[in-house]
Amino acid sequence: MGSKLRRGWPPLAVILLFLLAWQGVVMYGGIKPYLLPSPIQVIQEALSDKVWPRLVEHTLATAQRTLLGLFLGTAAGIVLSMLLHLLPGARRGLSPMLILSQNIPIIVLGPLLMIWLGFGELPKIVLIVLVCFFPITVAMMTGLRQSDPRLANYLAMIGAGRWTMFRRLELPGAVPYLFSGMKIAAAYSVTSAIVAEWLGAKSGLGYFIKLSASGFFTARVLAATGIIVLFSLLLYGLVAAAERWFVRWKPQGEGGGLQP
Amino acid sequence: MTEHALDIRNISKQFGGIPVLDNVSITVSEGEFVALLGPSGSGKSTLFQMIGGMMRPEAGNIMISGRQVTGERGHIAYMPQQASLLPWRTVAANVELALEIGGVPKAAARKETRQWLARVGLGEYADAYPHVLSGGMQQRVSFIRALLSPQRLMCLDEPFGALDALTRMQMQQWLLSIWEENRRSVLLVTHSIEEALLLSDRIVVLSAKPASVLEQIPVPFDRPRDERLWSTPLFNEMKEQIYELLKPANGAGGAGQA
Repeated sequence: MGSKLRRGWPPLAVILLFLLAWQGVVMYGGIKPYLLPSPIQVIQEALSDKVWPRLVEHTLATAQRTLLGLFLGTAAGIVLSMLLHLLPGARRGLSPMLILSQNIPIIVLGPLLMIWLGFGELPKIVLIVLVCFFPITVAMMTGLRQSDPRLANYLAMIGAGRWTMFRRLELPGAVPYLFSGMKIAAAYSVTSAIVAEWLGAKSGLGYFIKLSASGFFTARVLAATGIIVLFSLLLYGLVAAAERWFVRWKPQGEGGGLQP
Repeated sequence: MTEHALDIRNISKQFGGIPVLDNVSITVSEGEFVALLGPSGSGKSTLFQMIGGMMRPEAGNIMISGRQVTGERGHIAYMPQQASLLPWRTVAANVELALEIGGVPKAAARKETRQWLARVGLGEYADAYPHVLSGGMQQRVSFIRALLSPQRLMCLDEPFGALDALTRMQMQQWLLSIWEENRRSVLLVTHSIEEALLLSDRIVVLSAKPASVLEQIPVPFDRPRDERLWSTPLFNEMKEQIYELLKPANGAGGAGQA
């Protein structure tokens, strides 16, 4: 715990300094609150009786969508990576198509999905899934192909077949890669949920931000943005915690990925 | 003719037109410990890969327990040079997996693994992940894994090559004590003359590339053996004799380099 605090203080100090500077500029710079409210004003607005219940409601709606989309996207990503890995020729044939699919901006994909799937919950979830599966598929596919040749040779020598090789060597070896992909997907899932809500929804922080922005309630926009950031961090933390559990067999200090 | 645990007949192999193995014949009798000695790069590992069924020879046959197995996998218990333990499985789970791949039922594999790990003093590491074990301990697990495998023939591929000299000596003693109680058929690849003399019943000396069998030397020492063997005159005499055989200057060695 002590070392965590020691490593954690520089970024915390920077954030604190940033908020202090922001507060100072607004207080002494004569900036109008509808252009840029101070951090304290943002918090006051968020906690006000008129705003707080709505923020909670919309946060829950966004969280629900994000988690469902991330879960389904992860599942889809894992299944797809396995198929691409196991079916001969599938990887070569489908990879270009997969990469192409990622070149369609989600701001375009959103309206298209609504045309095809209506205005309900489905197009929003599909959008999140489409955004999430890709980093997972790519990371997992890399992991499945990275198995240690010495271990593969050993298992082959004692008579392991293709399925044993996949289940006992390639799949467990790909788990650390899966988590790298999930960390990216976790961040994407929140962003794409917000975009989906922005494009057409009756709930969620994206919807709330759009509404607040058109009424120049800048403090509410910033309050919702703050919640989005905190939620993203929480999601990332959950994935990182799951990773530590599932990859506990790795020697200390070799845990991959970004440090939160 | 009696059935051999391993019977390699007239194996030849080349890579890209360069001959690696030239008409090699080796047998291992049931319960016999045979050491395969040769200069580095003499094709010992290639030979092992072929016994394991990872590649096919251009000519010749491989029989295990009287059965034609050329190009077939899964007929040997194997201990590679690197311990090759799956890092995400505990020590016990690693041993169990090898037994299961060999066809041992789960429950039996579990029971036997626990028993043996305890017996060789690794009981407290049964549920540890391999990375907490030292190199020597990992090789002990690797050996136990091969010993418990249901395949009758054990192939040890320079099992102590990556260990430091002291650990290596301890490991040789340890292996000897366990093997002498169990007498499995063993083919050991090594480039250490002392190791071959200490452990085996018979030494097959290979020439440099392309490898052919230079000589087969029976090792006359009584069992059980121990490290005092090292200081006996006969041991050193044989060591000299084999060393002469392996010298690069030896006619059969050609331009090959040790």
